[in-house]
Amino acid sequence: MSVATAGPRPGHHAAARSGGSTLTGTGTMIRFVLRRDRVRLPIWIGAIVLSVVGSLPAFPETYPTAADRQARAALLDNPATVALTGPAYGTDDYTFGAMTANELLGFVAIAVALMSVLLMVRHTRAEEETGRTELLRAGVLGRHAPTTAAFVVVAGANLLIGLLLAVLMPATLAELSASSSLLFGAAVASVGLVFTGVGALAAQVTEHARAATGIGAAAVGVAFALRAIGDVGNAALSWMSPIGWAQRTRVYVDDRWWPLLLAVGLTVVLVALAFATTSRRDVGAGLVPPRPGSPRGRAGLSTPFGLALRLQRGGLIGWGVGLVVFGLAYGSLASSIEEFVSDNSTLQDMLGDSGTLIDGFMAIVVLMMALLAAAYGLTAVLRLRSEETSGRGEPVLATAVSRVRFAGSHLAVAVGGSLLLMLAGGLSLALTASLALDDASVFGTLLGAAVAHLPGIWLVIAVAVALVGLAPQLVHLSWVVLTYGVVVGVLGGFFQFPGWVTKISPFQAASPLPGGDLGTVAVVIMVVLAVALFGIGLLGFRRRDMTTT
Amino acid sequence: MTTAIDVAGVVKTFGPVRALDGLDLKVSTGEVHGFLGPNGAGKSTTIRVLLGLLRADSGTARLLGGDPWNDAVALHRRLAYVPGDVNLWPNLTGGEAIDLLGRLRGGLDEKRRQELLERFDLDPAKKGRTYSKGNRQKVALVAALASDVELLILDEPTSGLDPLMEAVFNEVIDEWKDDGKTVLLSSHILTEVEKLCDRVSIIRAGTIVEAGTLSELRHLTRTAIAAETEQPATGLERLPGIHDLDAEGRRVRFSVDTAQLDGAMKHLTQFGIQTLTSQPPTLEELFMRHYGDELAAEEAVAEAGASS
Repeated sequence: MSVATAGPRPGHHAAARSGGSTLTGTGTMIRFVLRRDRVRLPIWIGAIVLSVVGSLPAFPETYPTAADRQARAALLDNPATVALTGPAYGTDDYTFGAMTANELLGFVAIAVALMSVLLMVRHTRAEEETGRTELLRAGVLGRHAPTTAAFVVVAGANLLIGLLLAVLMPATLAELSASSSLLFGAAVASVGLVFTGVGALAAQVTEHARAATGIGAAAVGVAFALRAIGDVGNAALSWMSPIGWAQRTRVYVDDRWWPLLLAVGLTVVLVALAFATTSRRDVGAGLVPPRPGSPRGRAGLSTPFGLALRLQRGGLIGWGVGLVVFGLAYGSLASSIEEFVSDNSTLQDMLGDSGTLIDGFMAIVVLMMALLAAAYGLTAVLRLRSEETSGRGEPVLATAVSRVRFAGSHLAVAVGGSLLLMLAGGLSLALTASLALDDASVFGTLLGAAVAHLPGIWLVIAVAVALVGLAPQLVHLSWVVLTYGVVVGVLGGFFQFPGWVTKISPFQAASPLPGGDLGTVAVVIMVVLAVALFGIGLLGFRRRDMTTT
Repeated sequence: MTTAIDVAGVVKTFGPVRALDGLDLKVSTGEVHGFLGPNGAGKSTTIRVLLGLLRADSGTARLLGGDPWNDAVALHRRLAYVPGDVNLWPNLTGGEAIDLLGRLRGGLDEKRRQELLERFDLDPAKKGRTYSKGNRQKVALVAALASDVELLILDEPTSGLDPLMEAVFNEVIDEWKDDGKTVLLSSHILTEVEKLCDRVSIIRAGTIVEAGTLSELRHLTRTAIAAETEQPATGLERLPGIHDLDAEGRRVRFSVDTAQLDGAMKHLTQFGIQTLTSQPPTLEELFMRHYGDELAAEEAVAEAGASS
């Protein structure tokens, strides 16, 4: 071996030159990303595929006859439902295929979009922020290798989801043709691909993984809102949304492939931009250079609560803006629904007046706000855990701050923050809807409906707090409770689950509002349960070891 | 003399791992106590038990006369802590972190804060993520040293500091000592401990293997001697406490237990000493003896196990 290093070997320099590509080491990085996510990836892929495939057997059970399906189609073809799910097509002959596309595609698209953003940022900016990328890049690793490897894996996950759907859907429900199912899978994967590109680009813009995820999630929200407003009114807006493109394949009815070309084109552009940015910036840096801050801590930064608030301020503002925009967008649709009902005499006979349809629509909008506010609350509680594991909590707990005060501060931000979010979203929805309908009474009922969801939101937060105190390693299980609320609340109308399945969702008691009755007993039970779980969690946090793993 | 830290028989296990295995540690009020040991010996675990972040499985721990677990908040007003691996909030500036930690402890000495920032040459307006390891450590040091407390607990506080800043650190700790305050200094930098500490405890695999003043410990160490004599020096091997003897003609090299130094010198003078160099006993040598041999033996066993 010493001979080989004694002098220059022929070909040695050539090897160094050919190995100087910015993609060197991508293969190793791909294996590394797969190794890190060997549990996470199968869970995402499995959950998304199963949620679609597992839904299919319910179609013939819930809607056995053509008449049943047409009744469902009649319910679907109105601005309220269109705004929530997507453009209603194929409603003249509402086959199981049309049903699959109309009822499921919009939600699966959001799921793959979020998965793609989260995974991309996790493997690019999050790694860079911790400094681990620096360690790798100091080795024989090309500049673009980390981003490329992450893209290959996440894009691959999306394609695999598409492929599994294409194979499993016709196998589960014979009425779904293989060729249309292939398009359905491709449409789902196309949305995932675009948001993989969005994640890659968002990771370039900011130094913080949290902020990059926020940008990506906001892009998902914008895509959904564009589609919603576009589908109800000006269709041009829907053509600006990747989710809109997937739905405009009119899969299972017209099977158009070409809208997916837009998604492929946008993905190429996004990835090219991400590459170009990587070539221009320093490792660890974002596009926005860091500025010096205050050399002194303000008076507010004197308590654990001040610290918790400061740490979560940015996130809370981001979520707040998102909910306000959401409220504005959906509140303004109220007049479209009203016009639709007054123009449609059969529907008017069926419903009496436009009130029922608008109430039902608003109930779902408020429920979605509540689910979003609960998601914020969970991230706020999880912040307590990440402060502990990162070791940043240790110097704070080594001062005259008790465990309960430390944990309670983050808890207060979670509870108070979700209250603020519901008030902000509720106000914006109530204001725009009451203006659109020219009916002041709507304002109070909508704001009341938003507030009525708080006990349910707090119960979800309380589950997370209890886990932080008693079983900190399992704290991410609290997302299961929220996911349950999403499935039951958003898809329950379609699947008509057994009564008890819906009743145990923390979001059920307030979901009849506005228009229906609040489940008062359930609200009381939830408040008591939430307070008990808060207590258990804080007590557990006081009694256990602080861990960094 | 009162006791600032009194730990007796503390056991702490993490699953199958016994991180602390009957640990005893005594630190008197007003002393600078060196807490020595290699990585993974249990130094940080001990400190985290003392801070009430971990709960001991058994044994007793007293800190400033209180119970570190139950009286944590009250005790923490009277102590300041610098972690070994300082992790700052990425979007808070160093100055904000200093003020926050100081206020949470019950207030900062403004004059001292300013003075320390200057002495440590730290820019408090930079965001946490932009600091180097050494600068993060300075943030934690300024936050701790600017508070008016009785006890400082420092976990490898200089591992990221450059030699200039290490000198500043040593000065500041000397001033603390002059004020009669207590310091527990965990370290594996032996020269630092020799410079600063009155007493030393050496930890290995969760137990204290040596404790005492530096001069007591030096007695346990060996002095390395190299000499040239008029006639070849013989009979050294028969003396007690002589190790690693290497005689070659009129030159001789050996190490001798410090307690046996006098006898060895008297023996050498019989042969007419022409040149003599002696290397004073260092903590490092003691340290290496406690760890080097045994670790080497353990590694050999582990390797044998792995290859079979």
